[in-house]
Amino acid sequence: MKLLTCLKQIPDRDTRYEINAAGTGIKTSDLTFEISECDEYSLEESLKLREEHGGEVAILTLGPQRAEKSIRKGLAMGADRAILVRDDEGKVTTPHAVAKVLAEVLKEEEYDLILTGTQSDDWSYAQTGVLLAELLGLPHATIVMEIRADPAQKKVKALREMESGWFQWVELPMPAVLTIQAGISQIRYASLKGIMQAKKKEIRNVELSDLNVDLSSVPEVEVLKVYFPVVEKKAEILQGSTAEVVEQLVEKLKKEAKVI
Amino acid sequence: MSEKIYVLIDHGEGEIRTPSLESLALGQRMAEETGFSLHALILGNEIGPLAERLGKQKVDSVLLVEDQKLANYDPDVYCRALSEILTEDQPYLFLMGHIYQNIDLAPKLAAAINRGLVTDCIGYRKEGDDFVFVRQMFRNKLNADVQFRSEHPWIVTLQTGATSVDELKEGSGQVVERSLDLSAVELRRKPLEAFEATQGKVDLSQAELIVAVGRGIKKAENLKIIEELAEALGAEIAASRPVVDSEWLSRDRQIGSSGQTVSPRLYLACGISGAIQHIVGMKNAQCIVAINTDPNAPIFNIATYGIVGDLFEIVPALTKKLKEA
Ligand SMILES: Cc1cc2nc3c(=O)[nH]c(=O)nc-3n(C[C@H](O)[C@H](O)[C@H](O)COP(=O)(O)OP(=O)(O)OC[C@H]3O[C@@H](n4cnc5c(N)ncnc54)[C@H](O)[C@@H]3O)c2cc1C
Ligand SMILES: Nc1ncnc2c1ncn2[C@@H]1O[C@H](COP(=O)(O)O)[C@@H](O)[C@H]1O
Repeated sequence: MKLLTCLKQIPDRDTRYEINAAGTGIKTSDLTFEISECDEYSLEESLKLREEHGGEVAILTLGPQRAEKSIRKGLAMGADRAILVRDDEGKVTTPHAVAKVLAEVLKEEEYDLILTGTQSDDWSYAQTGVLLAELLGLPHATIVMEIRADPAQKKVKALREMESGWFQWVELPMPAVLTIQAGISQIRYASLKGIMQAKKKEIRNVELSDLNVDLSSVPEVEVLKVYFPVVEKKAEILQGSTAEVVEQLVEKLKKEAKVI
Repeated sequence: MSEKIYVLIDHGEGEIRTPSLESLALGQRMAEETGFSLHALILGNEIGPLAERLGKQKVDSVLLVEDQKLANYDPDVYCRALSEILTEDQPYLFLMGHIYQNIDLAPKLAAAINRGLVTDCIGYRKEGDDFVFVRQMFRNKLNADVQFRSEHPWIVTLQTGATSVDELKEGSGQVVERSLDLSAVELRRKPLEAFEATQGKVDLSQAELIVAVGRGIKKAENLKIIEELAEALGAEIAASRPVVDSEWLSRDRQIGSSGQTVSPRLYLACGISGAIQHIVGMKNAQCIVAINTDPNAPIFNIATYGIVGDLFEIVPALTKKLKEA
C-alpha cells in the first residue's frame, strides 16, 4: 500500500504562550515544537498498515524549515520518506489554502490512503483533511478510531467515532482520505536504529513558488486578533505556600462549599 | 448576495438536535440585529412533522428538502444538496452546529463551492456592517477574532453551548418544499454496522466525589499520588482523554464529549487544561477545584477554587492534610 500521513508541527503544548507584537498570533521565537497529537497517532496507523500490507509510508508537511525536526522524528519512527513544502514566511494561513497546497503535491502521485489528524493542536480548525479530500475528489471519513484495509479489493473500512459513545463502521473505495482521532492506537517510540536510519532518509524540500498553485482564489478568512479569553466567572485562586493553600482548600471544601 | 441567513437543522431518530436549535437561536438574534430574513433548512426523508415544528419558531420560512437519498447522512449527497441550494439562493450566512456530522460535512461543502468556513465559533460581534466571529484555538487557551474576506455565503459552525435554546423565540414560518434532482449523485461511502461502546465496569455518573487527572501527570507511574488522594477522600478516579488514549487508565474513566458526563459534589481536576470537550462532561459539578501550573489554563474559568501550582507538590500535601483531619 502507498500510505501518506500529513504531519503538522505545532508549538509545544505545555508552553505558556505569549501574544505576538501584531496581536494576530503567538510569539514563536522562544518555543520548542512538536508533532500535533493526532498526526503522531496517524503516522503510527500508517506504519501499522505498512507492517500488515507492505508498501511505503510518506510524510507530507507544509511549514517552515524548523519542521524538519518533527519530520525526522516521524522518519525515526519508521516512515520511509518525506516531503516538506517550505513556507518560511508563513504565507499560507487558512486551512483552505493549506489544503490547496497539500492537494497540489498529492496530485503528483497516487496514494491508496491519505491520513490527516482530526484537528490540529494549535489553530484547531478541524478542516484540513476534509477540504483536502474534496479538492482531490476523494471520498473521506472523519474522526477515525480503527482502520481495516483491503488493498486487493481497493477498499477500506474505517470506524468513525460518533457522539455519546456511538461508533460506526463505513466502507470507502481507495484511494481515500481518513482523519485520525487521538487514541486510535499506542504510539511507538523511535528506536536507536530508527534514529540512525532516519538521518539517511530523504526529506524532499519543495518551494511554495515551485508549485503551480494559485492561492488568490482561495476564500480569505482573516485573523484580526488573538487574545486570552476574558472570563466571567473566575476561580478563587488560593494564595500562599503549598502548606497554606492546601490548608485553605480543605477548610473551604468543608466549611464554605460543604462538599466533604 | 441576498440578505438571508440560513440555518442547517440536523435531526436524528425523529428529533431535532439541540445544537441545531442553538444555531437557530443565534440566527434569530443575528436576523433581528441586521433585519435579514431567517430560514431553517432541513434535509431528510419523511420529515414533514419536523419541518412543521420548525415552522412554529420565529423564522421567515422553513426550507424542506426530502429525498430517499437524504434519509441518512452521507457526505456526497448532503454536500451536493447543500451546494445546489447555497449556489442558487446565495444567503449571506450559513450556520450550523459544530457536531461530528458537520465536522464531516462543512469543510467538504466549503471546498465544493469555494467559500470560507469558520469552525467552532463561540460567538460573534457586529462591527459596523460586518460580523466578527470568535473562535477558540490552542485547546481553548486562546481566542481569535476572525473576519470573512470572501464571497457569501459564509459558512459558520457553532460550538455546542455557544448560545442557549432558552433564547429561542416562537413565531410562524411557512414550510416551503424544495425538490432537487439528486439521482446522479454517487454515494461512495457505504455505512456499515453502528454500535454503542460497551458499557464499562465503571459508572461515574452517580459518584459524589471525583478526583480527575489529565496529561499533567506525565506518565502512568505517577498515578499513584492521584490514587492516594482519591483514597483519602473516598473519591472515584476519572481522567481526561489523553490519559485514556495513552492507556494509563481505562476508557470508562474518561470524562467529556466522547466519555462520561458527571455531576458530583466535588470534581478535583489535577493537570487538566479544560478543553471544551472535557468541560461538557463535568461542568455541572457542584464544586470544581483545579490544580494547574498554568495560571491561564481555561479550567480556572469554570473552577470554584484554583491552585496555581505543581500537582506533584500539591497533591501529596493535600492527601497528607486530609489524612490528618
Ligand atoms: C472530537 C473530539 C472529542 C474529544 N473528546 C474528549 C473527551 O471526551 N474528554 C476529554 O477530556 N477530551 C476530549 N478531547 C480532547 C480535548 O480536546 C483535549 O485535547 C483534552 O481534553 C486535553 O486533555 P488534558 O487537559 O489532560 O491535556 P492538556 O491540554 O495537554 O493539558 C495538560 C495540563 O496540565 C498542566 N500541567 C502540566 N504539568 C503540570 C504539573 N506538574 N502540575 C499541574 N499541572 C500541570 C498544563 O498546564 C496543562 O494545562 C476530544 C477532542 C476531539 C477533537
Ligand atoms: N501545515 C500542515 N502540514 C501538514 N499537514 C497539515 C498542516 N495543517 C494541517 N494539516 C493536517 O490537517 C489536520 C487537521 O488540521 P486543522 O484543520 O488545522 O485542525 C492536521 O492534524 C494535519 O494532519
